[in-house]
Amino acid sequence: MSAAKTRPPGRFALLGWAFLFIFVAAQSLVLFTVQVYMTALLWIGLFVPIFIGVTSVVRRFTNWHRRWAGKLLGAPIPEPYLVDAAPTRLARLRGRLKDPATWRDLLWLFVNGTLGLTIFCLVVTFFIGVLWYLAFPLVWGVSPKGVFKEQYGLFTIDTQFEAFYTVPIGILLAFVWWKLAPALMRAYARVTRSLLAPTERSLLKQRVTQLAESRAETVDTQAAELRRIERDLHDGAQARLVALGMSLGLADDVVDRDPAAAKELLAEARTATTLALSELRDLVRGIHPPILADRGLDGAVRALALASPLPSDVEIDIPGRLPAPVESAAYFVVAESITNVIKHAQATKLWIRLEYQPGRLSMLVGDDGHGGADAGGGTGLRGIERRLAAFDGTLVVNSPVGGPTVLVMELPCELSSPKISPSSETG
Amino acid sequence: MRVVIAEDLALLRDGLIRILEAHDFEVVEAVDNGPSLLRALVKHKPEVAVVDVRLPPSFTDEGLRAAIEARQQVPGLPVLVLSQYVEQLYARELLSDNAGGVGYLLKDRVSNVAQFIDAVNRVASGGTAMDPDVISQLLSSHSRDEPLRGLTPREQEVLSLMAEGRTNAAIAGRLFITEKAVSKHTNNIFAKLGLPPSEDDNRRVLAVLAYLKA
Repeated sequence: MSAAKTRPPGRFALLGWAFLFIFVAAQSLVLFTVQVYMTALLWIGLFVPIFIGVTSVVRRFTNWHRRWAGKLLGAPIPEPYLVDAAPTRLARLRGRLKDPATWRDLLWLFVNGTLGLTIFCLVVTFFIGVLWYLAFPLVWGVSPKGVFKEQYGLFTIDTQFEAFYTVPIGILLAFVWWKLAPALMRAYARVTRSLLAPTERSLLKQRVTQLAESRAETVDTQAAELRRIERDLHDGAQARLVALGMSLGLADDVVDRDPAAAKELLAEARTATTLALSELRDLVRGIHPPILADRGLDGAVRALALASPLPSDVEIDIPGRLPAPVESAAYFVVAESITNVIKHAQATKLWIRLEYQPGRLSMLVGDDGHGGADAGGGTGLRGIERRLAAFDGTLVVNSPVGGPTVLVMELPCELSSPKISPSSETG
Repeated sequence: MRVVIAEDLALLRDGLIRILEAHDFEVVEAVDNGPSLLRALVKHKPEVAVVDVRLPPSFTDEGLRAAIEARQQVPGLPVLVLSQYVEQLYARELLSDNAGGVGYLLKDRVSNVAQFIDAVNRVASGGTAMDPDVISQLLSSHSRDEPLRGLTPREQEVLSLMAEGRTNAAIAGRLFITEKAVSKHTNNIFAKLGLPPSEDDNRRVLAVLAYLKA
């Protein structure tokens, strides 16, 4: 936990929170009661939307507590809810009812209203007690004689001097409060976390949903890619080869009668092969760039930078080869990022950093263009996100208007083999 | 002229041998993998080598690496590299010793036999033969440079052809202008790019390529 970023609240801040939470805890009892009643009344159709509304309010309420407890404990508490984008009200209701988080929220509301309330009251009244003991001599002094004769049956107080007996007790209690208050509030935060944090089960469910989504996207993308390749082959190289065959056949036919015409047909055939080859080359580049096979990600990205019309600064630190699918994905997202810069950013220079840290590859592509890129907007950025998602990778776009734009992409992966340095050992 | 060939596909290797022998080259050895290529190049020190980039055992850029390695051991050994695709990075690596006598062409250029043989001869005599695709890649990565944008369209055409390694006479023939006009254009290009003028064809080409790969 970095102390500089989020310092947990101090004692007196916690005291303030405890005071506020006394009222909040009362509200959570109200919410608890309402949700219990709404659940009981669900058989009346009218209460379906009300139930959904109430659970939504409860979710906001618990989210606020999640953030608070997360800050105190130094680690954010994620939301446990399953995605509910169901189209109909009944489906949403079913989702809410089936989501264990709904019921854990309810349980927490009750605990917050009872155990929580007790803790808050303890922290606050204890503090008031401390103040009372410390201020007692003053209070005794200004009160008419005989009002505060006894100090809670412990001893009787007859003189102003005796009234000061309470001060050491106050100091002692202050010391205890000093130690106890944060511990109690932290204990409360832990209880909150144990009830409001996602359970392993719900984490797994969330993950499954996410995986199903990214798998569907990957399959779609690949199907589209295959269709594109099929079309390119069909209209390109295949057609050229057909033309080539025809030219050769015709040349064969006329070669004895009209050698000049045959020569012309042969020239045509040669043109057809050149075109077919150049189309195949472009196609291959789009599937798996040969330089990636030759030189790995390092060389391929350097080649990309060389080919870009912008001066680019490349730093690559990958101590080996990455698994081929990761290399390919990484190559294409960097290529797409560079294309985006050239197309949209009006930049004058660009920088590329690739770095492997155990378990993940980080890629950064930055430019000094006009900024304002939006992950939701451009199809280019969407494509990058999709490619990364297939590997559980992430894209973060930082592009303030006026620039600079920085894309940070990460791919979880492991190194597949240590780097083999180019054949120089043989010399 | 003595030539070493490296190509792993038998069909293409035989084709190359046939074409070269038909044009009075003597194929001293034809190999099909990287290590034997390096051995053959160092052993025979041929007048020119025709090398496929992708060779066994690794099926990556084995041929290119063997060629570069051989040129380190036998400086200036003329090598013409053939590939299914051209990559700027490889061109830079081949040209990096500034010694000349290198070529880098797409394999399909072989189908135009006369031009291919011309390229082999150029490389053998210490010149360069760069594929038009390489040159257009190099030019496009410099497309925002001030000096290059200052060239007239005709000068840019001349620059491309010169970078491919063609002589003034060849450029003149290609563009249907006189050789004198070509040399006027080349002088202008050199002035605009701030390169020292030179009468030697090969040295001039290397200067242009050095400029483009900077």
